[in-house]
Amino acid sequence: MKIAITSTGNTLNEVLDERFGRCAFFVIYDTEKKTTEFLQNPHAEADSGAGPAAVQFIAERGVSKIISGEFGFKIKSLLDSLKIQMIVIKEPNRKINEIIKMLNL
Amino acid sequence: MNFKIAIASGKGGTGKTFVASNLFYTLWQKGYRVTLLDCDAEAPNAQIFFKAPLTLLKDVKQKVPTLDEAHCVYCGKCYEYCNYNAIFFVRPLKVIQIMEDLCHGCGACTEACTYKAISEKDIVLGQISTYSIDTHATLIETRMKVGVYSPVPVIKAGIHEAQANAIVIMDAPPGTSCPFIQTVSAADYIILVAEPTPFGLSDLRQSVETLRTMHKAFGVIINRTGLGNDDIRAYITSENINLLMSIPFERAIATTYSRGELYAASDSRMEKSFYELFLNINTLNKHGNSGHQR
Repeated sequence: MKIAITSTGNTLNEVLDERFGRCAFFVIYDTEKKTTEFLQNPHAEADSGAGPAAVQFIAERGVSKIISGEFGFKIKSLLDSLKIQMIVIKEPNRKINEIIKMLNL
Repeated sequence: MNFKIAIASGKGGTGKTFVASNLFYTLWQKGYRVTLLDCDAEAPNAQIFFKAPLTLLKDVKQKVPTLDEAHCVYCGKCYEYCNYNAIFFVRPLKVIQIMEDLCHGCGACTEACTYKAISEKDIVLGQISTYSIDTHATLIETRMKVGVYSPVPVIKAGIHEAQANAIVIMDAPPGTSCPFIQTVSAADYIILVAEPTPFGLSDLRQSVETLRTMHKAFGVIINRTGLGNDDIRAYITSENINLLMSIPFERAIATTYSRGELYAASDSRMEKSFYELFLNINTLNKHGNSGHQR
């Protein structure tokens, strides 16, 4: 299973990006292969519709769960229709490697 | 004469509607053909001050696409044409959805689709109400529908409705973002209403900087003088801005306003001040010189 995490940077030592649609990077973590891939968010600076564009970006990569700090209100129905689970972490200082550890507990 | 004056502020609650409604009233009383255009489509309130019959009600509409998935081949061309991320498309999953909230109604997706999967429908964004106060005095109100993202298309429609009218007093929305820009860009002259407080000065600066970028002629009214401090006067002097009028911080003015009445109707000195203000800016407008540095 692939899980996307919004990240402020492109290493495992960076912290969670609290914003979903306008996050800096997406980390795609593969729970079976234990691999991580960092992808820059191409829509971070979009004038409008950054959220739906981000959903599309991760959905195309076969992600089934998305972890972030906050989701805009246009997002939930889209994620529901794609059967992608939304996970909210209200700990802005959490590092990406700590979140991955939590996933493996 | 065709003269559009916008009353704007930056900060909310500085007295835009007070100035707009009283200036409008004064010109109406002087026999001018005048329109009050309430451009604060998110919270219009100028109508409170005038009891008049509604003579025209127009819906402001926008086209949005509708998708017939039976004809869709998931080619993604409509998605590529859309500049606003209003088409949600996940090719590998064959998921496509139109996000009406993000749509600007440009029609590019309809043009893009060669499979007849996209057609267009109207959605209502708000209303333009016209009230006839007198044979030569009209009130036009812009009001957006609750839940609509931007008041800009409704403001645009209101401006269009008043296009041919002789003198138009535009009561602008607060702030310096898109609704403000839309309103002041249609005006020949802008009156900024400011209050002499630190917050008032900070927002006046923003409005001044914005209007200078737009090369617009403007002047300032200080409302509630006697309140706060003198920093705003110092700023106006140092920036070489026209100080058009000062309105004192008086209980009688506030009481009248809070009753939904026009102060200029009860105080002839106030009416005279507003008339002189109009003659002053009308002269500035005719000579194409705003009297401030650009």
